[in-house]
Amino acid sequence: MDYDFNFAAVWRDFDLLLSGLGLGILLALISIAIGCLIGLLAAFGMLSKRRAIRWISLSYVSAIRNTPILILILFTFFALPQLGIRLGKIESFIVTLSVYAGAYLTEVFRAGLVALPKGLREAGLTIGLTEFRTKLLITIPVMLRNVLPSLSNNFISLFKDTSLAAAIAVPELTFYARKINVETFRVIETWLVASLMYVVTCYVIAAVLRQVETRLAIPR
Amino acid sequence: MSQNLLEIQNLHKRFGQLEVLKGIDLTMRQGDVVSLIGSSGSGKTTLLRCVNLLEEYEEGVVAVEGEQIGYKQKGGKRVRLSEKEIARQRAMTGMAFQHFNLFPHMTAVRNVMLGLIKTRGMDKDEAHSIAEKWLERVGMLQRKDHFPGQLSGGQQQRVAIARAIAMNPKLMLFDEVTSALDPELVNEVLAVVLDLAKDGMTMLLVTHEMQFAHDVSNRVIFMQDGRIGEEGPPKELFKKPKSERLAAFLKSSKF
Repeated sequence: MDYDFNFAAVWRDFDLLLSGLGLGILLALISIAIGCLIGLLAAFGMLSKRRAIRWISLSYVSAIRNTPILILILFTFFALPQLGIRLGKIESFIVTLSVYAGAYLTEVFRAGLVALPKGLREAGLTIGLTEFRTKLLITIPVMLRNVLPSLSNNFISLFKDTSLAAAIAVPELTFYARKINVETFRVIETWLVASLMYVVTCYVIAAVLRQVETRLAIPR
Repeated sequence: MSQNLLEIQNLHKRFGQLEVLKGIDLTMRQGDVVSLIGSSGSGKTTLLRCVNLLEEYEEGVVAVEGEQIGYKQKGGKRVRLSEKEIARQRAMTGMAFQHFNLFPHMTAVRNVMLGLIKTRGMDKDEAHSIAEKWLERVGMLQRKDHFPGQLSGGQQQRVAIARAIAMNPKLMLFDEVTSALDPELVNEVLAVVLDLAKDGMTMLLVTHEMQFAHDVSNRVIFMQDGRIGEEGPPKELFKKPKSERLAAFLKSSKF
C-alpha cells in the first residue's frame, strides 16, 4: 500500500468536526425527547379501547417503520414545502427524527406496558388516583425502568441516524467530514477520524446509559 | 347511625354472554366483618370488585354510605360518573389484593405515603408520620425503607394492607389476601387482619381460609353460581349447613 497518511488537513479543521458532533448530539437529544412523548402517546393509543385510536397509532407505526429514514428526511425537507409546510433544515430534521424515533419507541413502550401486572394500575385506582395520575405516577415510571436496556439501544441508533442529516446539508459531523474530504482529498484520514468520533461518542452514551440503568433499577 | 355502610341491591354483572352475578343483595353496617366463601367461579371476587368499581356493573345498585358507586340517574337513564368522582368514591374504600400489587419502584413507606399525599392532600411530613404509624401496626416499621422486591410475600402483603388502611377507608376489601402466600407466611397476614377486625374496622373479605372466616367474621356468605347460596353467622353456617352444596364445599375445604 503506497498511501501517504497525512492527518494534518483533518486536524486543521478538527474544530469543525467537533462542532458537527456537538450539533449531532443536540439533534439526537431533542429528537429522542420528543420521540419519547410521541412514543408514549402512541403506545397508549395502541392499547386503547377505541378502535379508531388503535388504528391511527398502528398506521403511524407501520408507515414510519417501513419507510427508510433517508426517504423520510428528504420527504420532510423537499416535499412538505410543496404542501405549504416550510421548515428550516435543522427543524425539518428534528421533526423527521422525532417522528421516526416515536415509531420505534412506541413498540418498546407498548411491550413494556403489556408486560406490567394489571394489578399495578388497579392498586393505583384503589388509593383514589385517577387513571391519568395512575399512569403518571405508577405505570409509566415502572414501565420506563423495565424497558431501559432496550431504550439504550434505540438511543444509540438514533444518535447514529443523525449522520443522515448531511443529506439535507445540516452541518453535523458527517456533513463537515464530507466537506473536508472534498476540500483536501484526504479521504481515508477524514472518514477514519469521523468514524472514530462516532464510535467514541456511542461508547460514552452507552456507558452513561448503563449508569442510569443501574441507578434507576428497581431493587430486588 | 342506622344507615347501612354498604348497600348492594339486585346487582348483576356480565362478562359478555356470561352472567357472573345474578342479582345480589347485601347490606353491611359499621363494624361488620363479612366473609365471602365459595368455589372459584362463584362470583365472590367479582362481587368484591364491583364495590370499588374495578368491575363495572350493568344493573342494580352498589352504595357506600348511601352514595351510589360509579353511576348516577339522569333523566331516567344510568350515567357513569366522571373520572374524578369515581376516583373520590374509590378512596372511600380500601383494598388489599391477592398479589399485593405494591408499587415496585417505591420503598414500603413511600408506597403508604403516595395516596395520603396525592389523594388526601397531606404534606410529606404528615403523610410520613401516618405511614410510619401504620407500618408499625403491621410490624413492618423496621423495613420501611425496603423496596417490595426485597420483602417476602407476607411482608409485602402487610405493607399493602397498611397502604390501604392508612387512607382511613370506611370499608376494607380483602381479596384472597393469603392465596398467593407460602403456607408459613399465611398466619402473619391473618394476624394483621384479625387485629384490624378487633379494632372495629368494617371489612368485606373473600377468603379460602375457612377457619379464619369462622374466627373473624360476624357473617359468612356462601356464593353459588353468581347468587348468594346461604348466609348467616359463622357458627350456624359452618356447623349446620342447610344446603348440600355448602356441606360438600365445606367438606372439600377440609373444614
